[in-house]
Amino acid sequence: MSQLVPLPIVLPLLGAALSVVFGRWHGFQRLVGVVCLSTSLVISIVLLVAADDTGFVVAQGGGWPAPIGISLVVDRLSAIMLVVSAIMLLAVLVYAIGQGEVERVHAGFHPTYLVLAAGVAASLLTGDLFNLFVSFEMMLAASYVLITMGGRAAQVRSGMTYVVISLVASTFFIIVLALIYSATGTINLADLSERIPELSGEVQLMFAIALLVVFGIKAGLFPLFFWLPDSYPTAPAPVTAIFAGLLTKVGVYAIIRTQTLMFPIDARPATLILVVAALTMTVGVFGAIAQDDVKRILSFHIVSQIGYMIFALGLFTVAGVAAAVFYTFNNIILKTNLLLVAGLVERRGGSSRLSEVGGMVRTAPLLGLLFALPALSLAGLPPFGGFVAKFAVFDAGAWSEQWVLVGVAAFVSLLTMYSMTKIWAGAFWGEREEEPSGRPEPGGRLGGPVLMVGSTAAVVLVGLAVMIWAAPLYAFTERAAVDLLDPSRYVEAVLGERP
Amino acid sequence: MKRLLVVDTSVRVLYHSILVLSLYFLFAGHNQPGGGFVGGLTAGAAVSFRYVAGGVDEVRKAFRLRPWTILGGGLLIAVVTAMVPIALGGSVLEHGDVEWDVPVIGVLKTTSALPFDIGVYLVVVGLILMMFEAFGDDLAVDDEYGTMGVGDALEADSVDHDLGGLTRAVDPELHTRLREPGDGRP
Repeated sequence: MSQLVPLPIVLPLLGAALSVVFGRWHGFQRLVGVVCLSTSLVISIVLLVAADDTGFVVAQGGGWPAPIGISLVVDRLSAIMLVVSAIMLLAVLVYAIGQGEVERVHAGFHPTYLVLAAGVAASLLTGDLFNLFVSFEMMLAASYVLITMGGRAAQVRSGMTYVVISLVASTFFIIVLALIYSATGTINLADLSERIPELSGEVQLMFAIALLVVFGIKAGLFPLFFWLPDSYPTAPAPVTAIFAGLLTKVGVYAIIRTQTLMFPIDARPATLILVVAALTMTVGVFGAIAQDDVKRILSFHIVSQIGYMIFALGLFTVAGVAAAVFYTFNNIILKTNLLLVAGLVERRGGSSRLSEVGGMVRTAPLLGLLFALPALSLAGLPPFGGFVAKFAVFDAGAWSEQWVLVGVAAFVSLLTMYSMTKIWAGAFWGEREEEPSGRPEPGGRLGGPVLMVGSTAAVVLVGLAVMIWAAPLYAFTERAAVDLLDPSRYVEAVLGERP
Repeated sequence: MKRLLVVDTSVRVLYHSILVLSLYFLFAGHNQPGGGFVGGLTAGAAVSFRYVAGGVDEVRKAFRLRPWTILGGGLLIAVVTAMVPIALGGSVLEHGDVEWDVPVIGVLKTTSALPFDIGVYLVVVGLILMMFEAFGDDLAVDDEYGTMGVGDALEADSVDHDLGGLTRAVDPELHTRLREPGDGRP
């Protein structure tokens, strides 16, 4: 079983290599991309089943034992994230093939996209802080190319912000990494989990906050989110969808992983996390309300939703961490989904500004349905998956008696509902107020090309599957949370039995 | 482009010696400072001399293969080397030793990590060649800012995305539409 662990990283890289070498044959590139990502998906599902069975699947790259070797660890948290991200990567690739714009013009799209997939998988699988840095770099390097692909002036301008911010974050990460290494003499996460408690309390707290800042920039926490709503919407539609769905959540994953595994309970900056969570939720949603562009509204919502995950994590109870995990993977599905629909709306209506589109419920009713289901779920209406996720967060908050935060979260939920209705009223109901700045494409009965609508519908179905299997999934995240809050199991799985 | 005699002659001397040094780094990398990445960068430095002397045409003359073939081939070698141990029942990136008793030279010891390093070397060289393709020729464009800098950045961007000269036959109308400002305005 441990032989399979590196494959979700290595296979997309192999695909990227083939895709570069045979770049002239476009059909071959498409085939390689779809085959690689489908195979990774199957392997991820096998790993999920194995991880749920035994708790951990560990592989030591290079054949050296931990903490010297390259530890790759699948636990329940990384397994569920791996499966969900593999589904999203595959769906968005099919969507991009259906759209045929950036994917057709730029021979570099497929290789870069596959490197991104490998980077995401590596970030989720690694059991080593330095390799986490390398995986983030792999993911970011690919994202720099993807975000500016097309080369329009607005894209290059906001892409520059993105590149600079990410480089600053990476530099800070490597500095923190060096400090941690000099203090403990190791960078293996399992080994760190044993050594960090030996440091003095202030040093532990400093490391915990420093790592929170590093991953907070990536995840879009208040006040480090400012780059996000500006840079994501200008990228091509499939790229925006995968960035919005995955990249910030990989940051959240890194926060969950490092805070729970590396630091003992009294060294975690719980109060700080809760305050930041409340501010992230509110500022994000207020930002969204002020916008007039579908993609921008949704980009601000990314920020707001991150607040919920961090809030649940900051409680550091089993219910809280379970809710954070559930919220995170459910949100990946919803966010990808909504931005895929936004791309379809933009294509069909010629613009993503609410004032320039309208009446889509008549011209493209299927798109309306594909938007309504995830939007209601995101707003937290029963019986959708988003309701279960929000209820879990509120429930965990209530058990920990964080009444202020529960109140803030409920208030933000209402505003989320409001901005979703704003998109609905602007794009699907009502009339167009201004001429669209772009050119509307005829969409036919479906509202867009079959592959685009089909892959979006597939993501909607995944979201509905979360609703149907909410109970077993929640039980699964509870098991994940128990493991996360008791790092000794992780340590034992990676380093082996101690005398 | 105007050629300078002094530069041309020095480059002729330096180019090959730096390439040999880069190969030394590549092979020494297993036990000593060096390796595929450092070797590749050194080779890149050699290429940059050719670029300074004669521009992008000179670089193209030095390397017959297209940059993306070199990069892709290198990545392919590296990934396959990483995967072979999995197929043989080991763990990813594991490597084994080989010892050859070569006449005259003596015992030659090498490891299966060498192909991986060669792969990395090729990736780095390919990437640097792509960079020179992207910086490439002088493109004076008037864009909406009316400045050379931003226009150059935009043009370089588009060349880069063609994988260093790998262009695909696309209807020009689609290409212009992608480049038109339409969505995502501030």
